[in-house]
Parts: sequence; C-alpha cells; structure tokens
Amino acid sequence: MSNNTSTERSRKYLNPYLGGVLLGLVLLAANFVSGRGLGASGAVKSVVATTIEVVDKDATETMPFMKEYAGSHSGSPMKSWLVFEMLGVLVGGFLSGAVAGRLKLKVEHSPKITSRRRLIFALAGGILFGLGSQIGRGCTSGSALSGMAVLSLGGFITMMAIFGTAFALAYFFRRNWI
Amino acid sequence: MGPLAPYEIISENTNFLLAFFIGIAFGWVLESSGFSSSRKLAGIFYGYDAVVLKVFFTGAITCMLGLLFMSLFGWVDLDLIYVNPTYLTSAIVGGVIMGAGFIMGGFCPGTSFCGAAIGKIDAMVFVVGLFIGVYGFAFTYGFWEKMYFAKYLGEPKVSETLGISDGLFGLFMVVAAIGMFAVAEWAEKKFPREEY
Repeated sequence: MSNNTSTERSRKYLNPYLGGVLLGLVLLAANFVSGRGLGASGAVKSVVATTIEVVDKDATETMPFMKEYAGSHSGSPMKSWLVFEMLGVLVGGFLSGAVAGRLKLKVEHSPKITSRRRLIFALAGGILFGLGSQIGRGCTSGSALSGMAVLSLGGFITMMAIFGTAFALAYFFRRNWI
Repeated sequence: MGPLAPYEIISENTNFLLAFFIGIAFGWVLESSGFSSSRKLAGIFYGYDAVVLKVFFTGAITCMLGLLFMSLFGWVDLDLIYVNPTYLTSAIVGGVIMGAGFIMGGFCPGTSFCGAAIGKIDAMVFVVGLFIGVYGFAFTYGFWEKMYFAKYLGEPKVSETLGISDGLFGLFMVVAAIGMFAVAEWAEKKFPREEY
C-alpha cells in the first residue's frame, strides 16, 4: 500500500495521548458513578455463571465456583454493572467503527501467515486470557488499568506480569506479527 | 459528593443505565484509538506500534490524578472507591497466563469485544476462547482454589507499600510514563512497519 494511504489511515485513529486522556476520563467517570473502575472479563464471568445456573439450578450449592461467585455477587448474575458496561462497549465500538468507516467482516492477520493460523492462535489466546483473568481476578481492564488508577499493589503486579510475559514470549510468536 | 452509587445518591437502576453509557464511551475510545486491531495491539511487543503503552498509561495516570484532585477538593470519598485486593500468587500466575494469551491472541478481553463489534472475525474467535477459558476455570475451580487465595496481602496501595504519599507516588508515575513515552517514540521510528 502506498505511503499516502497509510498516513491517511493512521490519521483516522485518535492521537494516542488524547485517546489516553479520554480513556482516563471514562475510567474516572466509572469510579465517580459506581465506586469501581472499568472491566471486561467480569462480564464474561457473569454470563458463564448465569448459564451454569440455568442448566443446573443446584449449582450454587454444589459447585465451589458458583458458591464463591454467589458469595461475592448479590442478585442475578446478569444484573451486573459490568454486563451493562460491556453491552455499551459493543455499541460504542460499533459506532466508532461505523463513523470511521472500519466496519468490515474480516480476519486481520500478517500477510506471512494464513487466516487459519491466525484464528487458531486467536482461539488459544482467548482461552488463556479467559482462564488467566479468572485466576488474576480481572483482566487488563479490571485488574491492570483500573487497579493502577487506584494505586492497587495487585493491579501493578498483574500489569507487570501480563506485559512482562508477553514481552518475554514475543520472540517465539514473532512470525504471527512481523 | 461521590462516588454516587455507594453514597446512594443514585438508584441501582440509574447506576446500571450509566454503566451502559460509560461502556459506550469506553468502547468508542478503545476503537477510535485503534484497539480493535490485534496488529496494532501486538505492536508494542515488537516496537513498531506503541499505541497500547501510550493510551494505557495516559489513561491510568489521568484517572489517578483525577481521583487525587477530586479527593483533595472533597468531591469524592476515596475510602469508598474500590481498591483491588492483592492476592500475590494469583496476581502473578493469572498475569503470566494472560500475558501468554495476549501475545498469542493479540487481544485482551475489552479490546476483543471492540474488534468483534466492527466485524473482526479473529476478535470474535478470541471472545469464544474467553468463554471457553472462563468455563474451564469454573469447572476446575477446586484445582486452583488453594493458589487462588494464597498470599493474601489485603488491599494495599503501592504508595503504602513504599511508605510514601499517594501524591508523591503519582508524581513518580508521571515521570516514569514520560520516560516510557520517549522510549516508545524512539522505538516506533527505529522499527517501522508497513501499514496494510
């Protein structure tokens, strides 16, 4: 692709520092309104807990995961702040993509690898991120970003573990990206 | 005086409605910053695109400073703001697993929803993976339980651990971020990538 198109394309994205300030203001609003930061994996957890409850009504008593979940969340799992927030993320992401002309069904991958390889790695990465976010009590949003903003020690540790590991493993997966 | 929901200034339903609108803003900012693209996100690990670092740290610092100033002006009660608890072992183990997922999948949960929203099929597959991972945790919870609760340190702030004030630590964060941004700008010039 020509240089012209690439500058044009990258110009469509927000300046990253401006994007960062806006992200910080959204996070600040979340804290001011709800007393908690943003999150993403928590919404997945709510959906998972809901479906388990639908399939097995006794799960709250019989399954340790569900017992722990019920202990730390009151009311119906789908009536959770993060579920409403993540529904908003889908809408907001869609609107931004629509305005910028980025709505397109496609598999994004390096020209050096196949779509199939990209999708296999995306699935594996998703599985690991899902599992890790449960062990780490939150993902990049809920634990690292929101945790850092309130100076949580755990938030900083999780952030360093996520980015440190990804940097350490980058060499082995370089063919997928560069 | 905030936070609004814990002080019961707004009802539970209003809180949920606002969650939806805050989510829209969150999704909008992520997508318009380029976080719906796995290749942009992964760029930080190879130096060709440091958008993750810039947006992430600017965001964390903006919110941190916002909370500190709002507390100073008496607009928000920091005692009612949730501070993530620190379970040392699980914070590290979970973070390491997430880091591996990040470099393999090219997304994190929030960004994968954004990518899926604009039609990225790899992001949709990542989201499917997330659900499999969380179900996996749910059904193997007993296996992780001991580690999940190990080395509980309470809800310490980094500033408390270091024995300095929140404000001073905030200043260190700002200085550290500016240093990282300088490195990031240098790296992007040194390791350019053709856009396609």
